[in-house]
Amino acid sequence: MKRVAVASGKGGTGKTTIAVNLARVMPGPVTVMDCDVEEPNVHLFLSPRALQTEPVGIPVPRINADLCTVCGECARFCEFNALGDMQTKIVVFNELCHGCGGCTRVCPEGAITEVDRVIGEVSRGKACDNITVISGRMNVGEALSLPVIRATKAQPAEGTLIIDAPPGTACPFAAAVRGADLVVLVTEPTPFGVHDLGLAAETLTAMNLPFGVVINRSGEGDGTVEEVCRRHSAPLLARIPEDRAIAEAYSRGELLVEALPHYRDEFVNLEKRIAKILNARGEAS
Amino acid sequence: MKVLITAEGKDLDANVDPRFGRAAFFLVVDVDKEEVVEAVDNAAGRGAAQGAGVQAAQTAARLGVSALLSGHCGPNAFSAMQAANIKIYTGATGTVRHALEQFRKGELTEADDADVRGHW
Amino acid sequence: MSPDTGKAVEIAVISGKGGTGKTSITAALAVLAENAVVADCDVDAADLHLVLAPEVRQRHEFVSGHEAVIRELDCRGCGVCKDYCRYEAIDEVTARDGRTVFRVDPAACEGCGVCVRFCPVQAIDFPDSHCGEWSISRTRTGPMVHARLKPGAENSGKLVSQVRESARAEARSSGRSLILVDGPPGIGCPVIATVTGTTLVLVVVEPTISGEHDLDRVLGLARHFHIPAALCVNKWDINAEITQRIEDNARARGVESLGRIAFDAAATRAQVRGHTVIDEGGIAATDIRQLWKNLQQRIDLEKRS
Repeated sequence: MKRVAVASGKGGTGKTTIAVNLARVMPGPVTVMDCDVEEPNVHLFLSPRALQTEPVGIPVPRINADLCTVCGECARFCEFNALGDMQTKIVVFNELCHGCGGCTRVCPEGAITEVDRVIGEVSRGKACDNITVISGRMNVGEALSLPVIRATKAQPAEGTLIIDAPPGTACPFAAAVRGADLVVLVTEPTPFGVHDLGLAAETLTAMNLPFGVVINRSGEGDGTVEEVCRRHSAPLLARIPEDRAIAEAYSRGELLVEALPHYRDEFVNLEKRIAKILNARGEAS
Repeated sequence: MKVLITAEGKDLDANVDPRFGRAAFFLVVDVDKEEVVEAVDNAAGRGAAQGAGVQAAQTAARLGVSALLSGHCGPNAFSAMQAANIKIYTGATGTVRHALEQFRKGELTEADDADVRGHW
Repeated sequence: MSPDTGKAVEIAVISGKGGTGKTSITAALAVLAENAVVADCDVDAADLHLVLAPEVRQRHEFVSGHEAVIRELDCRGCGVCKDYCRYEAIDEVTARDGRTVFRVDPAACEGCGVCVRFCPVQAIDFPDSHCGEWSISRTRTGPMVHARLKPGAENSGKLVSQVRESARAEARSSGRSLILVDGPPGIGCPVIATVTGTTLVLVVVEPTISGEHDLDRVLGLARHFHIPAALCVNKWDINAEITQRIEDNARARGVESLGRIAFDAAATRAQVRGHTVIDEGGIAATDIRQLWKNLQQRIDLEKRS
């Protein structure tokens, strides 16, 4: 199964736009997986139906006071200060817990068990005839997005997989794009966009993931993007022009290839170029 | 009676540090003798990625004080201190010596909840 | 009376959704404020320095937490580490001598220490994690604190907090009373670290369905942490209907709009020229000047309460 991740160093360059419109023009079954769990937007454009939702939990410690001798081993072990040794008892701080299970393992009295703390949810639904939409959503006020991203990626996908990654080049981005056959980096030809594209390109190179670039809101600054592509030997996969009509259609939550059909060809060509790269890699390996 | 006063320095003339978890120093002060029994550098707390309040509360429990005098107290530290039966007094200002005076005169507020939000 | 009189006012500019114009607006406000300390808390993809031309005065290494490193020569290939790891951070690989060994992926390792503790032959080291750097610089508008996280690193919020602490220290030592914070996108750890303890959160939103959806979550965050919030609609003329709806809904939940900024090609031109929208002039610049006036009035209100 082919896995394509759509990412970007800078936020707001058009990852979701590219991901959902690419999915819309793809033949055969395709799954769009929204891993931007802090601000998921895929469902706004694809309107999935028949939604099934399940909670995402992270295991946190529960201490059995009858068995606990307050030896403090768990608190000493915890790297995240989620356990406080208060001399007379151990206090647990759930929001600081990363769910590593270490305290449960190190307790010499077997006094710690783990319980699930819900931090978000993953939902599955169907859109159009051939699109499966899987969306991860972290609860507002939670600090850790990684467990929700992992739970989203663990969901079974049908057909070609398109992952909508969160912006940036830190852990959440890395978790979303890991395992992709190709990463499509979306950028805008502005100094901020090009700067962050460079950061993303370096990160993907370090992660050994092949990537191509899509210029969204193409215009005067395209040369600066092409320079980054050359530096990294990355193919330029598509150019979507700066067009107020596109901005307006997007603002209304419309699929570009439906609202402005003359742009359909751009996405069909993008799909073909991606398929060509994936097939070439498939034959090479 | 021993209390813990958060401070920017190591002696009675140092200014009170208004924070608990990220305070520069914890001073264990004997209230009756009006002297600093122990000065603990809170480098570990200031450097903690998270849970500074939890660490501070653990330190307080280990030092065996019966009360904390500080500017503020966050939610994690508050829960932890409650578990250890250590009273929390907020609103301390000026020097450590002055905070001690405020405590003796009953001018400090005994906290029944955290008075600031948690933060990193 | 606030117990923290004498502390500088801190305004955090955030958005939930990325790319709404936070950085451009923060830079513009820095020029208008003339005497503010600026903090770039988007440590993952920092861009503010591209338009404020900072001269670095101090650079500091950022060390946070630990990372597990398996000593290949000592690894017996038992795989206990991989079984215990909750973060899929350990892979089975073939060493140069053909043995099956295990290796930690530093981008996935959360530094929990479980594998280190339970390796039956103690073949795993747990060194400090050097995951970035932060700097204090001078710009034409005053001191600027910024940082850069290493790619793939955990953005726990600690580097963000370091930037904010340094910005506050700069404000104190230089007698400045305003700190402008350029925030990161999203609502997770780094954003929480950006907004807690600030005087006011200014949310920059674009008039789109996505923007509306994400605004709801960001305002939820501000409420969760009891931080006053205000709004600014950028590129409002892309969709006047949604602009109005966003402002009406926000007002209903006690969040006022402090300004609308029109779409203006001058914003991109300013970036290309390496300066702020204010320096470039134009309709967006005029709108931002009005935003600044309204923001100042709002700050006075917050200070009095």
